[in-house]
Amino acid sequence: MLKTRIIPTLLWKDHGLVKGVGFDSWRRVGTVLPAIKVYSTREVDELILVDITATGEARAPDCDSVAEFSAECFVPLTVGGGIRTIEHIRDLLRAGADKVSINSAAYANPGLVREAASRFGAQCVVASIDVRRLPDGSLKCYSHSGSRPQDRDPASWARELETQGAGEILITSVERDGTMEGYDLELVRAVAAAVRIPVIASGGAGSYAHLLAALREGGASAVAAASIFHFTQQTPLEAKHYLATHGIPVRRHQLASDTLKA
Amino acid sequence: MKVLVIDYGMGNLGSVRRAFEECGADVLTSANSRDALTAERIVLPGVGAFLDGMAHLHAGDWPGQLRTALENPEVRLLGICLGMQLLADSGEEGGRTAGLGLIAGEVRRLEPEDANTRIPHVGWNEVNSTRPDRLLQLIPDGTDFYFVHSYHFRPASPALVLGTTPYCGDFASVVGAGNVYGVQFHPEKSSRPGFQVIRNFLAR
Repeated sequence: MLKTRIIPTLLWKDHGLVKGVGFDSWRRVGTVLPAIKVYSTREVDELILVDITATGEARAPDCDSVAEFSAECFVPLTVGGGIRTIEHIRDLLRAGADKVSINSAAYANPGLVREAASRFGAQCVVASIDVRRLPDGSLKCYSHSGSRPQDRDPASWARELETQGAGEILITSVERDGTMEGYDLELVRAVAAAVRIPVIASGGAGSYAHLLAALREGGASAVAAASIFHFTQQTPLEAKHYLATHGIPVRRHQLASDTLKA
Repeated sequence: MKVLVIDYGMGNLGSVRRAFEECGADVLTSANSRDALTAERIVLPGVGAFLDGMAHLHAGDWPGQLRTALENPEVRLLGICLGMQLLADSGEEGGRTAGLGLIAGEVRRLEPEDANTRIPHVGWNEVNSTRPDRLLQLIPDGTDFYFVHSYHFRPASPALVLGTTPYCGDFASVVGAGNVYGVQFHPEKSSRPGFQVIRNFLAR
């Protein structure tokens, strides 16, 4: 059976690992490479690494740093931030990224996801959507790290990205991000129901129960989380135990350490 | 152990190289197909579409050189993900295309069993061995490996299947014929179980 993935998200700014609230008030929480090493050693299901300032500063992805990070990462690594061209994607995959996450560029250049999927395969294209809730309660997509409104609603935009060839959708609630108040389940549900590709819920996880809710009530295929792992004692491994006791299939580390040496 | 990782412009070459080095291999990543003739182990990685993959392999004159290299039974080839699929006779991704024809079979799109089955198949899923083989030594049935794919290999004969994975029915996730192996999962991204597969492949 396919296991449900729990994916720590690492946000990266000026060589530091950061975490904010609502895509703002960034706090430094460590350095990237040691964090990747630890997660890789602990055999997390997957990692998402996002360079949060690349797009704002119109910088290309920093492939040299990604190569350094991926050299220590033996679990799947999705890299995002600043991706605008096919060459950026090619270079990141060469640097050791397994998948790339495309967000802002997908609005400006609808051909990018399509070309990336046809060149590198849909399976390595993660389309990332950041969403804010307007005062009337409706949902609206935002690009450029949550700063620029786009005339799109998340469900139809997700469907369009799926048609363009995206292999997965990473759906993030900007307002919930960093609050640890729980995922925006209505948002997750709307997007998961709109597409047939896997949907990763992101933004707001503060407890194991929140992860379960995103899967069970939101219909997400996987959950991404950051603050819960940076700022609390909760861990991806314990999260799996919790989910397993609630009937969610998760990956166990079945191999005894004496049979296999890391 | 001299290991050639084929650079045909299609893949997460950095990850593959690092994992093989971690398992003690002396890795050469090369776009020159003549290097196939001096390697003891050859790895065909791959992230991408079948049609493009074959076009790149032909452009680099790989099909002929690989056949020549594999005439030596001591030499082994491992295809990973798209690299496994390219071992087949044909694929349909990007238009019907002839493959390397090293393991008889064809590559088809995964067919969802029900409305809740999402494609691509992304994440950790188990591999169950169907026939004892050195490639899966020390790996208990049910061990999870990392998958990310929309197409799967359909071998011409059950004898070519070494392991299966339950998704859209049981699909062949490990295939082998003589000194040619293919795995649909990514051993380079599957932590310790992945390293064990790599070590098994490297072992003399």
